[in-house]
Amino acid sequence: MTAGDYTLADLMINAAAEIWRNDGEILATPIGVIPRLAAALCVRTFNPDLLITDGESHLVGEPVPVGPRGDYRPKVESWMGYAKVFDFVWSGKRHALVAPAQIDRFGQANISCIGDYRKPKAQMLGVRGLPGNSISHANSFFVPVHSRKVFVAGQCDMVSSIGYNRERLPQGYTFEDIDIRSIITDLCVLDFSGPDRQIALRALYPGVTAEQVQENTGFPLHIPADVQRIEPPSAAQLAIIAALDPHNLRAQQIKGNPRAGAAS
Amino acid sequence: MNKAMTSEQMVARLRDGMTIGIGGWGPRRKPMALVRALLRSNLRDLTVVAYGGADVGMLCAAGKVKKLIFAFVSLDFIPLEPYFRRAREGGAIEVMEIDEGMLLLGLKAAAMRLPFMPTPVGLGTDVLKYNPDIKTIVSPYADGRELVAMPALKLDAALLHVDNADARGNCEIQGPDHYMDDLFALAANETFVSCEQLVDSSHFHDGHAPRSILWPRSATAGVIHQPGGAHPSSCMPHYGFDAPHFQEYVATAKAPDGWENYFSTYIAGGEADYLEKIGGISHVRALPAPMY
Repeated sequence: MTAGDYTLADLMINAAAEIWRNDGEILATPIGVIPRLAAALCVRTFNPDLLITDGESHLVGEPVPVGPRGDYRPKVESWMGYAKVFDFVWSGKRHALVAPAQIDRFGQANISCIGDYRKPKAQMLGVRGLPGNSISHANSFFVPVHSRKVFVAGQCDMVSSIGYNRERLPQGYTFEDIDIRSIITDLCVLDFSGPDRQIALRALYPGVTAEQVQENTGFPLHIPADVQRIEPPSAAQLAIIAALDPHNLRAQQIKGNPRAGAAS
Repeated sequence: MNKAMTSEQMVARLRDGMTIGIGGWGPRRKPMALVRALLRSNLRDLTVVAYGGADVGMLCAAGKVKKLIFAFVSLDFIPLEPYFRRAREGGAIEVMEIDEGMLLLGLKAAAMRLPFMPTPVGLGTDVLKYNPDIKTIVSPYADGRELVAMPALKLDAALLHVDNADARGNCEIQGPDHYMDDLFALAANETFVSCEQLVDSSHFHDGHAPRSILWPRSATAGVIHQPGGAHPSSCMPHYGFDAPHFQEYVATAKAPDGWENYFSTYIAGGEADYLEKIGGISHVRALPAPMY
């Protein structure tokens, strides 16, 4: 790969950065290297008002580079201990980007366990803050490998977050109370713009087809006539990404991380 | 009142079947020396409430846990806790798996002596399906909306680790985050606190230290002087977590008799022996802050 080339990881970071573009002054909670770089790119390019953290207990005035960072000291703006995170969660002023193990047709997600709940085949983290996130504020999902294993045919084994499922709507609630925005995968960007919030194909990376996406999804997607093409990052954006990830940790996040194009 | 005691004296105050809250968060500022005291004891059938890390994993491995009340169990840099996984996948423990905020509200309700706290958190999810004891209510006001009535999580005892404490039970957390430790202290009938330094009360007379005291001494039942007592979890700003030790601990889960060997190597001989085995307090104090 020569200088100026970009990879699938760069494309995904660029696509994911878009989710916070119009959010204004809210807390971004990106979990994982690519989501973190996406939020950082967003701050550096089109939403400087976004609140971001050092991943520990502070809000910072500029994105903290990922991985070992030598003498760099985070530009701490404010304290945000763990209990203070709920000030953002419960006020609704937050947009999280997390990578669930399963996502179903309703946008319900699972990070708890796989298999029978009483004796799971695979125990994972536990529901963490997903139930609260899902009923309180905007949420998007990150899927590093778009597959039927993630996009399951039935409902998630352990529904950890509320989705657009009428059968589960609490009394007095409508779909307007739930705000699931985008799903960024290694094939495409999905959203919930189909009929009755059906998951829809919004945009494709260059070289990926709608058929390929549907084939790797365990439920029918809404495929509109005007599927967009995901814009490649500019040379300026690539430079920002490289500076925030000097050890190229992003490359390890995506299997093979193929070259995706050359910067214009 | 002089509340200074040993971890053995703390254990003598606990009973089988108690509900015990454990402070800290994942691999951070866990009262591990107090947990090791539980592991050496004959206590059993415990209900453990925690933002869990190796504290939960070790108690599961030792068969001390009857029921776990949790939102996650993780070592963070190693996402999955092996002994917690094994306990779950073997169906060996009862669980009350709830959202992190529900856990906070349950402790808060206990601290306020309320039966529950209303919240929308958990609605529409399997948290309610698998916890049929958690009831919902309908708002009595014009909105008429359904709410989860998160029940109070009353603790028989809470175990915490802090930087400085005096023998009267004033506890100071200097680190960047006190997590939910203040709520654990207030939700518990008796709170036992291990500390890096046992200080004279005059330590708190001047400066900003009093701002770092987050519950009244009346909520502290016992103070145990235990430098390095959070190891292998972190106690910033004094030490980071011991990544190689965690890796060694996690690897034992794959070995035959792995837990038994870990227990006999590190835990069985008592806390002084533990510190010596891991390289002394100088090793602990030199552990760097984690960086992601």
